[in-house]
Amino acid sequence: MADDILRTRLPNGLTVHLKEIHTAPLISHWVWYRVGSRYEREGKRGISHWVEHMQFKGTPRFPAGTLDRAIARTGGTWNAFTHMDWTTYFETLPADHLPLALELESDRMINSLFDPQDVESERSVILAELAGNLNEPLFLLSDAVQKASFTSHPYRNEVIGTPEDLQSIQRDDLYDHYRRYYHPANALIAVAGDFDAREVLRQIEDWYGSIPAGKPAEMPPVAEPPLPEERHLAVSGPGETVYMQIAYRAPAASDADFFSLTVLDSLLAGPTSLNMFGGGGISNKTSRLYRALVEKELAVGLSGGMQATCDPFLYDLTITLRPDRSPDEVLAVLDDEIKRLQDSPVSGQEIERAIKQARAMFAYGSENITNQAFWLGFAEMFADYNWFSGYLARLEEVTPADILQAAQRWLPFNQRVVGIFYPLNGDQP
Amino acid sequence: MSKRQSAHLNALPGADDIQRVELPNGLTLLMRCNPFSPSVVISGYLPAGSQYDPPDKLGLAYLTALALMRGTQQRNFQQIHETLEYAGASLGFAGSVHTVSFGGRCLTEDLPMLLEMLGEVLMQPAFPKDQLERLRVQHLTGLAIRAQDTAEMASLVFDELLFNDHPYGKPEDGYPHTIQNINREDVLQFHQHYYSPKGLVLAVVGGIDPTQVTDWVNRYLGSWTASDDPLPVAFPDPKPPAQDIRRHVSIEGKSQCDLVVGTLGPRRADADFFPAIVGNNILGQLGMMGRIGEVIREQHGLAYYAAANLVASTAAGSWEVSAGVDPQNLQRVIDLIRAEIRHFTREPVSEEELADSKANLIGRLPLALESNSGVAGALLNIERFGLGLDYYRNYPAMIQGITREEVLKTARRYLNGGGLVIVSAGPDGSSEA
Repeated sequence: MADDILRTRLPNGLTVHLKEIHTAPLISHWVWYRVGSRYEREGKRGISHWVEHMQFKGTPRFPAGTLDRAIARTGGTWNAFTHMDWTTYFETLPADHLPLALELESDRMINSLFDPQDVESERSVILAELAGNLNEPLFLLSDAVQKASFTSHPYRNEVIGTPEDLQSIQRDDLYDHYRRYYHPANALIAVAGDFDAREVLRQIEDWYGSIPAGKPAEMPPVAEPPLPEERHLAVSGPGETVYMQIAYRAPAASDADFFSLTVLDSLLAGPTSLNMFGGGGISNKTSRLYRALVEKELAVGLSGGMQATCDPFLYDLTITLRPDRSPDEVLAVLDDEIKRLQDSPVSGQEIERAIKQARAMFAYGSENITNQAFWLGFAEMFADYNWFSGYLARLEEVTPADILQAAQRWLPFNQRVVGIFYPLNGDQP
Repeated sequence: MSKRQSAHLNALPGADDIQRVELPNGLTLLMRCNPFSPSVVISGYLPAGSQYDPPDKLGLAYLTALALMRGTQQRNFQQIHETLEYAGASLGFAGSVHTVSFGGRCLTEDLPMLLEMLGEVLMQPAFPKDQLERLRVQHLTGLAIRAQDTAEMASLVFDELLFNDHPYGKPEDGYPHTIQNINREDVLQFHQHYYSPKGLVLAVVGGIDPTQVTDWVNRYLGSWTASDDPLPVAFPDPKPPAQDIRRHVSIEGKSQCDLVVGTLGPRRADADFFPAIVGNNILGQLGMMGRIGEVIREQHGLAYYAAANLVASTAAGSWEVSAGVDPQNLQRVIDLIRAEIRHFTREPVSEEELADSKANLIGRLPLALESNSGVAGALLNIERFGLGLDYYRNYPAMIQGITREEVLKTARRYLNGGGLVIVSAGPDGSSEA
């Protein structure tokens, strides 16, 4: 699966991954930078995401707004995402418009303006985005749970930043951050779609080859001790519904246990889709927790999941309670189910179901060029593309003993965070 | 780039690669094979929507649709979901005013299972009492969450005020008190009266053999006999608001308001639908959400999102601008939206804007239609509005033919009349409150 990919590195350090897919007359072009909230310091929380916004505000060659129109004229789409470990920009376009993507991304890798007036206007846009997030009970809850789950690691912070830092960050802070992380040696280009890889490589050399290399971002290891105890917290806000979130430290994506825990999550809370674009999910009504919590009328719904990250992040379970039930009742049942996983091996049949579900979701995601190009770069941010191409095979190797061990190692009762959102408007149970 | 011969299908479906079959019982089957796909999408609808709901049981059609998957004469809830989930497949139902829609997907090897399941839940649902009660509690929780969602409440109240007593003014998922009124007998009766293969449209797209799919559909849905046509529901022509209607939905404790401003728009089958989408693209879609996004988000930094949308349905349509706004800036944003709408109805769009809008609408088709689900949606659209199998191939020429004058005339017809419905939802304390 990984053999049909052209991988190379330009002399200036830019990594290039190209994959020809000729099923639709489209291309998807992604630029990945190794920078995100993980790289931010106290007082500058949210700066990576803000830089991402400024990348849409123009360069001398492409003043603000001209690129929106240029992309719109092709009928294509573009966007960007900032995460804990990375920031990425993509364009999915009719195949004959690939040069537009190459031109605009190579240009804004070094030439973005960061006009002071635009910085101010974007400050209020991001504060509005944050205000929108603060409207959401689940944002409030997971923010609190994340903070309680880490003492020093920057994974404790929300990518969007804090209101205080978003008020105080200045234009030069943003520009310095941009100059420090946006350069070829800290970037990866991934393109998938309907093109000739050799020819596109030549075009990439033309557009990106002359950009000075810069230095790869340093990611100093952050020592984060294990959680010393079980932590309980409560947040409240407007609403009528009680939510619980239980978070355990999870393995990094490159850890072999990540795959055991992926299978465990699938049978405990239902499969999580790997597809960022397209595909859709599979319901979780035969999962152990659905049967124990929803079928037994304790909750109306639940989900579980992990993210593929560089450092160990979290495995969390989010539960929407029935109005007539209490968090204590729910936690007791959840603990019984976790204990069951720690005490007795799961059946081979449950593992087979998880594998088949993963295979199906893989197939669903392959219809979509944007999703395929996403993985071509994303997997490199925490491991390498073989992580993705070998994903199904790695899941198939997981045994009942691996899951037993993963449950014992990663889901300890005395090292987790239990968060509860209490609505201010509802009847408290 | 070199001009290479690619292996892909025609990016746009048309009469030469869509198969359309009508079953004797009135079911219409549409198919398109994508030989590159290892999976299949099924998608469809039948005319059993909330238009038939008694007013005091609003949400009945919606609840009936969701209850289909809760148990059949052959299988209970767990057995249904075991069959689907063990195959990594999905199947789900949703309700709207006119129709109940469904969608599912699976690996190609599991398509017979998925079609059999579709037939079984449509034709032989058991509506178990305990499952209905659980569904009711789940749905009421969903409505409680909706009541706290600023975007959903702004949109819901906007529809109520704009459409008034018209069926489009009532939320198809009901209100808590109407959901409480629904009992199992209502659900059974609703299913018996309104579920029928007549008017059911099913699209199947992916790695399929259309002949084989036709056989399977005949096997699993062919024996279903059509019931009598229900009495037609009257859809009166809604009147645009004569003057402004302003409403604020107070949801305390929230940080942001959602705002919807608009009036009636064209119906899907109206001749001015096409000039309207070309114009709306300029007003509030193109790039970072058109002129509206440019002014509100880019120039003034007043919102994280701001856009204009056309909701063009069978019996009526709306033309609305929506934005997420700091409560302090609410009145400023409303004024800016008004000014943009006024400008849009007074002066023709520029030649450049018109060209950009057309290029965008035409250029986006291959991306919209790359996936099996995108194509399935297109096939249903063709059938529902009688657009013709070559609609997507003729679309570029139709769009190209639109003039600035037609865009202006259409903008004036809908947006230059009486008033606007203006609804905000969120915390109080706006500058105008």
